[in-house]
Amino acid sequence: MSVKRFMPDASKLKEEILEKYPTKVAKKRGKGIVINDPEQPKEIQANIRSIPGIITQRGCCYAGCKGVVLGPTRDIINIVHGPIGCSYYAWLTRRNQTRPETLEDENFITYCFSTDMQEDHVVFGGEKKLAKAVDEAYELFHPKAIAIHSTCPVGLIGDDIHAVAKKATAKFGDCNVFAFSCEGYKGVSQSAGHHIANNGLFKHVIGRDNTEREGKYKINLLGEYNIGGDSFELERLFEECGITLVSTYSGNSTYNDFENSHMVDLNLVMCHRSINYVAEMMEDKYGVPWIKVNFIGAESTAKSLRKIAEYFEDADMIQKVNEVCERELSKVKVSLEEAKPKTDGRLAMLFVGGSRAHHYQELFKELGMKTVAAGYEFAHRDDYEGREVIPSIKIDADSKNIEELKVAQDPELYKKRLTEEDVAEMKEKGIEFADYKGMMPDMDHQTFVIDDITHYETHKLIEAYNPDVFCAGIKEKYVIQKMGVPLKQLHSYDYGGPYAGFEGAVNFYKDISRMVSSRAWKLVKAPWQKEKETTPEITATYVA
Amino acid sequence: MLLRHTTKEIKEREGLTINPAKTCQPIGAMYAALGIHGCLPHSHGSQGCCSYHRSMLTRHFKEPVMAATSSFTEGASVFGGQANLLQAINNIFTIYDPELIAVHSTCLSETIGDDLKQIVTKAKDDGKVPEGKEVTYASTPSFVGSHVTGYANMVAGMTQQFAEKSETQLDRTNIVAGWMEPSDIREIKRLAKELAAEILLYPDVTDVLDTPQTGKHDMYPKGGVTVEQMKTLGDSKSTISLGNFTAEAAAIALEKKCGVGFVSEDIPVGISATDRFLMALSKAAGVEIPQSITDERGRLVDMITDMQQYFHGKKVAVFGDPDWIVPLCEFLVELDMKPVHVLSGTPGKRLDKRLHELLDMDVPDANIKNGASADLFLLHQWIKNEPVDLLIGNTHGKFIARDEDIPFIRFGFPIIDRVGHSYFPNVGYSGAMRIVEKLLMAIMDRQDRDAPEERFELVM
Ligand code: SF4
Ligand code: SF4
Repeated sequence: MSVKRFMPDASKLKEEILEKYPTKVAKKRGKGIVINDPEQPKEIQANIRSIPGIITQRGCCYAGCKGVVLGPTRDIINIVHGPIGCSYYAWLTRRNQTRPETLEDENFITYCFSTDMQEDHVVFGGEKKLAKAVDEAYELFHPKAIAIHSTCPVGLIGDDIHAVAKKATAKFGDCNVFAFSCEGYKGVSQSAGHHIANNGLFKHVIGRDNTEREGKYKINLLGEYNIGGDSFELERLFEECGITLVSTYSGNSTYNDFENSHMVDLNLVMCHRSINYVAEMMEDKYGVPWIKVNFIGAESTAKSLRKIAEYFEDADMIQKVNEVCERELSKVKVSLEEAKPKTDGRLAMLFVGGSRAHHYQELFKELGMKTVAAGYEFAHRDDYEGREVIPSIKIDADSKNIEELKVAQDPELYKKRLTEEDVAEMKEKGIEFADYKGMMPDMDHQTFVIDDITHYETHKLIEAYNPDVFCAGIKEKYVIQKMGVPLKQLHSYDYGGPYAGFEGAVNFYKDISRMVSSRAWKLVKAPWQKEKETTPEITATYVA
Repeated sequence: MLLRHTTKEIKEREGLTINPAKTCQPIGAMYAALGIHGCLPHSHGSQGCCSYHRSMLTRHFKEPVMAATSSFTEGASVFGGQANLLQAINNIFTIYDPELIAVHSTCLSETIGDDLKQIVTKAKDDGKVPEGKEVTYASTPSFVGSHVTGYANMVAGMTQQFAEKSETQLDRTNIVAGWMEPSDIREIKRLAKELAAEILLYPDVTDVLDTPQTGKHDMYPKGGVTVEQMKTLGDSKSTISLGNFTAEAAAIALEKKCGVGFVSEDIPVGISATDRFLMALSKAAGVEIPQSITDERGRLVDMITDMQQYFHGKKVAVFGDPDWIVPLCEFLVELDMKPVHVLSGTPGKRLDKRLHELLDMDVPDANIKNGASADLFLLHQWIKNEPVDLLIGNTHGKFIARDEDIPFIRFGFPIIDRVGHSYFPNVGYSGAMRIVEKLLMAIMDRQDRDAPEERFELVM
């Protein structure tokens, strides 16, 4: 079924939205709301502070550092230095799955560690408490690595967490202790935390193990967090295609794999926002090139796998990849044919994260659905407009204190993988290095691109378009469902998934076709209410 | 094994909390504020706290939880958050038009030393608070107490700021609701109605966090006590607070401000606590307890006498918030069960005292602990040393339950992997029947699962 839909006038709608705001707010928000032109992406205001009181989706720097980047690695003990809440909320709530190889392998993912700071520590300093906590963690668990994360009050009282870490490392001898000053007020969103985490991993972990691991073609997968088992599906595909995965940043990951991860041949970047710094630094220091990939969507997965095979120019791998893609795509096709009658022509909106609002448009495209509005929660302009705008991005006061690591070539380990000619030749084949074109070129004319969307804007968009699916996070989930619109959580996948790779695509098709056709939505009005209705209600659009 | 590194051997810890049995103050303040009609809670700090608190409450209730934040940046944390809060108040009233903004502090704004009272006064003086609208506030630093404390502080703060005493005395009893589910509050209101007692209950999250699916999102659902109603608190005859830890502070504040006397009762979980609550209400309101309620009680007792054999001597580990675990343990003892491990992350000498009073006779060797070092890692170690037949606590307990293969009953906050708690009460006699049913289900399902074939019973 294809549904003909009424489309509002985008510019008028934008005006209407801004009208409600106080003048200064309207001016600021106006720059973060763009009506798209895919041929010539317009400048969007991004990575600037959220306006107090506006009801933002965003979280904090600490959430980006501990929650996103460091959290998913099973054998690092993450001690959160601060009052209890910050650590408590980041305890298992992101669904980073992990699968230790044996029963004896370390796995601290299920544990939550905090210094549970009390008033005394805020007044007199918490360093001693932290040092004790680190000692106790070491004595109890003998981990290979302990990461310390500071939360808001710690930065203010001036505890030197890095000194504590250094001392502990020296004392233990067989345990690497390192610290992250990722107080929640730093930067303007989770994004600052990603950067701080990337820096810390590069300084303290990457490059500590220089052994050449087995495997003909070695890669890292960067910016993949194994939510709902995404990495497991990708691991399956890599293995079958003869690609050796050394480490995933960060999902189903281990500390030792990180230490060795600079020894690979190629880095694949999934979520550009959260991990591009590691990719760049590995290239600068060790000469590992990186390419942007996307394993969300069956076609994108096939394309990304083929890109890898092309890069390695290995006939065996190319053949293997083709076989795998053919086999998997034919399976995917069956599911797609089942789902499409329910999804074709429907409308989607995606407001989430720093890459998923882009990647998941692929899956909707496969389902015949149109993305009418999308935006990120904590991305930068390059994630919207493409990396070529990076030199023109002004760094404001909120971001300038986030350290930019200066990385020099490693005198021994730097190895240039590609000559200029190689790069040119690859470009011919459609492989571009260190490049990401952003979300905007992939979106239609006259669609909305909105950065750091507010609750009010969300409400107005839904009113105007009455979309069939809205993608966001847990805070938005029931707000939007109360409006009669099904919401797919793209942080937690609503406890489903995987959605990556071929199997993931099949899961997603099933979930979306279920959501847009569920009988439950037809029950919203009681029979006696329906009789009185004169105008068609929201629920009417769900008739499949 | 999910918690494979938890050892049987217990070592004292001073620095490290592992798997906490509490969280931080502001989430309680946010929850309490939602029980006031037309209220938008506001978190004065960096935006992460607000995001985390909203997320957790949302997971627990599966309902919209709206709240705003001052979005501190590095500048604000150096120069103070006044400008952020003033701007937030202006934006919130312009864009979201609530009746009331309830501001709570966070660790950051507390550490900086922002004075909420002064900032809110300034907002009013600057004309940022429209005519007829209100801004209330509470100080909720998480380096003191726990989420439970935050709830108490917010309710006490609002009471202090809104309650007034006029000339007219009302024939009415105030009930300060401790941290309960919407279902529990609904049940308390029903009981009061059965007694024909005139009450004003607050905060009231019914019809706020259990709203119907209508195809329309009301930013301010119809439920919640109004500020106007709260202003009349001082005119009631007396107050009953339900919960030493979450409700009593407000009753004290009201007594101080308006001279309304109060009695402090437990949240009515189980038979005795419900008995006490009903007697207190009957006395305060000057009404009789009707036969219909006595019958309800009788049905509950009948259920227990029928099934008594299944409870007797069963060892239970309980963790959770003070106001819930105290009456729960009392009830478990009444069921002839043995709470051998009882733990709360929320600190309190009074909790210790109450639990010892309840358990010292029947379970003299019980492990009882609260505060910073009482975490789920320790509880798990206790269980490894003395195994139990049943574990009762919030969702986090499921990891211990699975590793140790113990039947598990979800009880308390948060419950983020099941539904029902916000719809079906645990308080009153009918709530106690629900608890009894859950206990029996857990115990008897286990018996069925483990019984040898020849002892697999048809009738139980
Ligand atoms: S900083 Fe304090 S208020 Fe914020 S989440 Fe952490 S513990 Fe809670
Ligand atoms: S206190 Fe700071 S670090 Fe902790 S959750 Fe709040 S914003 Fe994030």
